This record gives sequence, C-alpha cells and structure tokens, in this order.
Amino acid sequence: MPRTGQSGAPVAWGARSNGAVTAPPDDCLARNEWICGAYLSTRRQILLDAVVQHLQLTFLSVLIGLLVALPLAVLARRRRWAAGPVLAVTTVLYTIPSLAMFSLLLPLYGLSADLVVAGLVLYSLTLLVRNILAGLRAVPEETRQAALGLGYGPLRLLLAVELPLALPAAMAGLRIATVSAVSLVTVGAIVGFGGLGNLIYAGMNTYFKAQVLTASVLCVLIAVAADLLLLGVQRLITPWSRAGRA
Amino acid sequence: MNALTAAWDWLTDPAHWSGDDGIRHRLLQHLALTVVCLLLSCLIALPVALVLGHLGKGGALAVNLSNVGRAVPTFAVLVLLLLTPVGDWGEGPTVVALVLFAVPPLLTNAYVGVREVDRSVVQAARGMGMTGRQVLFHVELPLSLPLVLNGVRIAAVQLVATATIAALAGGGGLGRIITAGFNLASTPQVVAGALLVAVFALLVEGVFEAVERLAPRRARDGR
Repeated sequence: MPRTGQSGAPVAWGARSNGAVTAPPDDCLARNEWICGAYLSTRRQILLDAVVQHLQLTFLSVLIGLLVALPLAVLARRRRWAAGPVLAVTTVLYTIPSLAMFSLLLPLYGLSADLVVAGLVLYSLTLLVRNILAGLRAVPEETRQAALGLGYGPLRLLLAVELPLALPAAMAGLRIATVSAVSLVTVGAIVGFGGLGNLIYAGMNTYFKAQVLTASVLCVLIAVAADLLLLGVQRLITPWSRAGRA
Repeated sequence: MNALTAAWDWLTDPAHWSGDDGIRHRLLQHLALTVVCLLLSCLIALPVALVLGHLGKGGALAVNLSNVGRAVPTFAVLVLLLLTPVGDWGEGPTVVALVLFAVPPLLTNAYVGVREVDRSVVQAARGMGMTGRQVLFHVELPLSLPLVLNGVRIAAVQLVATATIAALAGGGGLGRIITAGFNLASTPQVVAGALLVAVFALLVEGVFEAVERLAPRRARDGR
C-alpha cells in the first residue's frame, strides 16, 4: 500500500480500487460516486473486518484505561500530595496530539496494534482520571462522616459509599473517553491498525469516494451507538439519580 | 533511550532544518495554520455565541455541537474534504477542517460563559437603563471572559492537533515530518517530528496559561 499522502493529486480512474473486483463500467463504482450500494455489497467482508478491528481497539484501550485510571483517581483523592502530579501528567499527555503520541510510542511498540492501544489508553486515562476524581471529590463530607460513624473501614467506605456516589461523573467520563477513542482509532491508520481508518487511508490514496464516505459514516455510527449504550448502562446502574431528578 | 538519542541527532542535524521539507519551514507552516485558523474560528464562533447567549436562544445547539465534534473523526473529515472540490485548492481541506473543529469548543464555552453571568447583575444593568448592546459589551462579555478564554485555549490546542493529522491527508505543517519519517521507515525522524509537535502543543498550552494568569483580575475571579 502506498503511504504517500500527497495533496489531492487525483489518481487515474483505473487505479480506483485494489483491483479485487472488476465492476461493470456503468455502475456507481465505476463512476466513483459518494454513495454506492454496489460498494456495500461487494466489500461487505472488508467493511466487517474493519469494524471488528475498530471495536476491538476501542474496547481494549478504554478497558485498560479504566483499570489504570481507577487506582490513580483513588490515590489522588486519598493522598493530597498525589493529586497535583497525577493531574499535571494527565494534562500534559492530553495536550500531545494523537499522531505525535503514536509516533513517540513507535520505538517501544513498532508497527503494531499494541502501539495504537497504548496511545489510546493514555488519552482515555486522562479523561477518566479527571472525571472519577471529580466524582469522588463531590461526595459530601457528611456522607463520608456518617459512613465512618457507622464503623465503615477505608475499603468499605470506598466501595460501598464513595464509588457508587461517583458513578454518574465516572460514567460521563467513560462516555467521553469512548467516543473520543472511536474517533482517534482512525489515526492508527498511520501504522496500519486504524480499523475503519485503514479504509479511509486507502480510499484517500486511490481517490475512492464511496469507501471514504462509507467508512467515515460507520465511524460516527459506532461512536453514537457506543455513547447510547453507555448511557443505557448508566441509567441501569444508577437508578437513584434518575429517581432523584424525576 | 537509543531512540531518543537518534531522534536528538536527527533534530540537531542542520541539514534537516533548511529547505521546503525542513523543520523551519514546517514549523512556520504549523504556526501560520494555527494562528490564521484560530482567528478565523474566533471571528465565526464568538459573535454567534455571544449573541445567542445574550438572547438566551439556541442553547441546545451550542452545547451539543461540542459532543458532535468529538464523535466525528478529524482524519475522516480531512479526507472527505480532500476528495471534494475543496481539495483542489492547496491547503483548503486543512483550513476548513481546522476551523470546523475549532468552532465547537469556542461556541460552547462562550455561550455557557454568557449564560452563567449572574442574572441579578444583568437585571441591575437593565434597571440602570443600559440597552441590550450595552449589557452585552459592558456586563456580560467582561464577566464571561474567563470561560471565553478557556474556550480559546481548548480550540488552540485542538487546532495544533488537527493541523498535525492534516499531514496524513497531504496538508502542511510539522506532521509532515512524521509522515515523511514513516514513508522512509526512519524511526529517528518519526520520533523527532513527534517531539517537535509535542513541544509545540505544550508551548501553545503554556502561552494560554500565561495569558489567563496575566488577564485582569476580574477575568480570573469567575473560576
């Protein structure tokens, strides 16, 4: 696959696709239209593979990000000295543009899916730590004192009182992190592991409009679906917040 | 640490600083793209946000725009623009995409800033006989400045990031050093380009931190 992304120079029509399918000369593929049913039917497997890779990369990085963010946020809440450094480091990480982040990880991971996951973990981590910490800090002091008065130990206080009350803020962070990850996976195309981004990258180099549009729309659909799914989960696991609002 | 020393050697080689693909030219391109597009986006977003906030209309639009902006992949928008007629015009796709992604944070923050101005202050201003225009420029705008500035900072950092990704779609800027490094399979060049981009982004963030600190006390109090 050619890696050059030179500006807009249209490739000759003949070089349209990977040459896997020779379409009749009069269909929407040959005319290189934006919306093309024939593209969907002939490239179903390619699209499916890309969607699966996209979902795997997103899920894995958000999950690892969550597993790392939770202890960090709890540490920053419990130990006053830890809050400054944790927030400073995550802010710096978040400021570094995604393409640069992936590139900085290249010597560590090489051209692999691990590189994309590692980069995305660092971004989700930032969003999750900030939101979980905000949620933990918003737990009313009287509530904590009441739990301590009932004889709760530090662990039980965390698991039974603080974390449940921080759930709405944490879930809001999780939704933002997931939607961002879905969108950032596409940049992984630079190392060949970008899910739907790979199709966009290949479509750009071959001036293949239907492929670029289809992959882009699928990306947005995945982001919206993931957001709605997490919103549903949030409603299910925090029934009290809905009752309180009604 | 070998990778870092190799990247450092690449960075300190004077040959890599000159010419059209050199660091100096790419740095200036990146800076120009960021500054021009930030000004353009401010010119588009801030008047709309201030007026909408003043009138208290279009809130759902202003707030949801940020969420939509997050869900749409920058790279996809860049490539889509490249394949439209905009793509025939040099840096056209880059400029349009940069502005598109900088507008939502500006709009949302400025709108929320104006709406969060204490209503009793606005009522007092009206009671003193201020016209709508005077209320906006002498009361709401100064009081919402911290959030407006915060939006500009988020937009600026977003612009630096988007301008980097633009290199994937053939746009100019520091990202080109990274993509060229990938094409040459040169890890030192990729890492060197990434370091340049990272430092550039952190500097932009730092400049805005400084601006927020130097801003009039009144502008800081809201936070």
